[in-house]
Amino acid sequence: MSLVEAAGIAVRYPVRTGVLQRPTHWIRAVDGADIQLRAGETVGLVGESGSGKSTLGRALIALRRPDEGSIRFNGQDILALEAPALKVLRRKMQIVFQDPNASLDPRRTVGGSVRMGLDLHGIGTRAERAVAVRKLFQRVGLRPEHMARFPHEFSGGQRQRIGIARALILEPQLLVCDEAVSALDVSVQAQILNLLKDLQAERGLAMLFISHNLAVIEHMADRIAVMYAGRIVEEAPRDELFAAPRHPYTRTLLQAVPTPDPTRRDPRPPPLGEPPDPANLPTGCRFRSRCPIAMPRCAETEPVLAEVGSGHRAACWAA
Amino acid sequence: MPEPLLSVRGLATHFVTRRGTLRAVDGVDLDLAPGEVLGLVGESGCGKTVLALSLMRLVEPPGRIVAGRIAFDGSDVMAMDDKALSRLRGRGMGMIFQQPRTSLDPLIRIGNQISEPLMQHAGMSRAAAAREAIALLEAVGIPAAQARAKSYPHELSGGQAQRVMIAIALSLKPRLLIADEPTTSLDVTVQAQILALLRERCQALGTALILVTHDIGVVAQLADGVAVMYAGRVVEQGSVAAIFARPAHPYTQGLLQSAPVLGARRDRLNAIEGNIPDLSQPIAGCAFAPRCEARAAIGQRCDTDPPVPLPAGQDHMARCWRLAAA
Repeated sequence: MSLVEAAGIAVRYPVRTGVLQRPTHWIRAVDGADIQLRAGETVGLVGESGSGKSTLGRALIALRRPDEGSIRFNGQDILALEAPALKVLRRKMQIVFQDPNASLDPRRTVGGSVRMGLDLHGIGTRAERAVAVRKLFQRVGLRPEHMARFPHEFSGGQRQRIGIARALILEPQLLVCDEAVSALDVSVQAQILNLLKDLQAERGLAMLFISHNLAVIEHMADRIAVMYAGRIVEEAPRDELFAAPRHPYTRTLLQAVPTPDPTRRDPRPPPLGEPPDPANLPTGCRFRSRCPIAMPRCAETEPVLAEVGSGHRAACWAA
Repeated sequence: MPEPLLSVRGLATHFVTRRGTLRAVDGVDLDLAPGEVLGLVGESGCGKTVLALSLMRLVEPPGRIVAGRIAFDGSDVMAMDDKALSRLRGRGMGMIFQQPRTSLDPLIRIGNQISEPLMQHAGMSRAAAAREAIALLEAVGIPAAQARAKSYPHELSGGQAQRVMIAIALSLKPRLLIADEPTTSLDVTVQAQILALLRERCQALGTALILVTHDIGVVAQLADGVAVMYAGRVVEQGSVAAIFARPAHPYTQGLLQSAPVLGARRDRLNAIEGNIPDLSQPIAGCAFAPRCEARAAIGQRCDTDPPVPLPAGQDHMARCWRLAAA
């Protein structure tokens, strides 16, 4: 059974115009996405800006309540829960942000920020909490004396270690990593990716790893979902996705990543177009305005995500 | 070897602040041939942007070029007065930045932003400059250029804004274009378009390109030569083939191995442990020594003597004492 089962997730944002700033229309940042995660599994969610990947990640842990759809966590319908019950469940679902400052209070010691989850949920005695925080600091590669310092005293990589400790102190079953290494230099990025992988294996975490970087996604994920303009357009086990991508957008993304090997220069012309304005999507298939193999049918009917192989789904009339 | 277009020796740019002197660029040597594409690689804080600005003498206080020579196209850049610098920045060197929208004037139509320098530096009439602006927009792949010339910057996507920046920077056919992280804020599909455009335009005009980037994939796809910066110095320079096949500096080796590579999955990445040094503190020996895996084998010299450029192959140098021992 899946740990997380989300179906038909839609998240809308109002577009406000005019002097009264009334919402005149809505952008569907996520427009009908299904996603499942098993315990201990890492699912990679990849897409470009405006694809809705971060919004979907936040909806999945009810950080942004979806406008449509259902989310089951351990079989429980989390959108039906009242606030107190949701608070209890939140312990099991945590998030690491791109900018660790988003989850660290600048006026609080970092030890205090990491401990806060335990305080809020009333877990353990004072002494037990202190021990738990100290142990976790060491596990994420920080020293106990770091606990008394403030966020500004740390480098970006160290701050991300603190952000990871903050997310893990409540021993969640699901960890959403939203562009968690995107702001880091590659040498430090590698340290954090190695750490996340180790922690994931040790703790049997289910991880939703959101990134725009396909190479990072390939490194981390067991299964990969590709998002475009609010929809998941392809989903497959990692090796299968890279060996046999079925959606033309996935192929476009793969082609666009520059290979770090000067003996293998890509002579092909670059992909066409830019990600669409979510307020102004094409009719039919959202990718058709950039698609090298678009057919008349693509303008008429939007393809649905359909099985194209074992555990492999794609939303393309040509797949 | 042909006469270099750009030759930099011992360049140092420091920032003097209340908290001390930050040695952002601290003794850089660099050579660039006419038409060459040089990838200038390094991580944040290594001084690559300050070096790029220094080459055009665009460093602003509290930053200051405190030492070094910059020879460009037969002229001494350090000796130039304001008038000569203005000419240098128009017809000699162009520059584009990571955030194209912030370098465009939000209140001026893009066509006028392109035609202005053509009138000022190339003595074109208003009408000729306006026609040329449209031709330049077409050359950088802006569709419906005539109509688009009337747009304001906020009406452009990030990719289109960077195309416009390229049109402006190349409008006077400079001999060198400096592109500072030109695709870092763009989506990967748009990045591929902008890189292809940069390559095509620079080739067409015979313009040399210094591509400042943290992305080794971008360098591998585009550059002829590579300079790797660490802690304010160029620690390795050579042809792109040599740098990727036989990196000589332990930092370069670490950089090449730490990024995950699409289609070449490994269970663990080879992270470079530790962090970059504080450039406001004096560094006695090699700035990379505290993080260096080879340090133990090389010995004490790494902690006491700053490494000098040592040959690592033909037209390939690295500042690492390991090369002296070999």
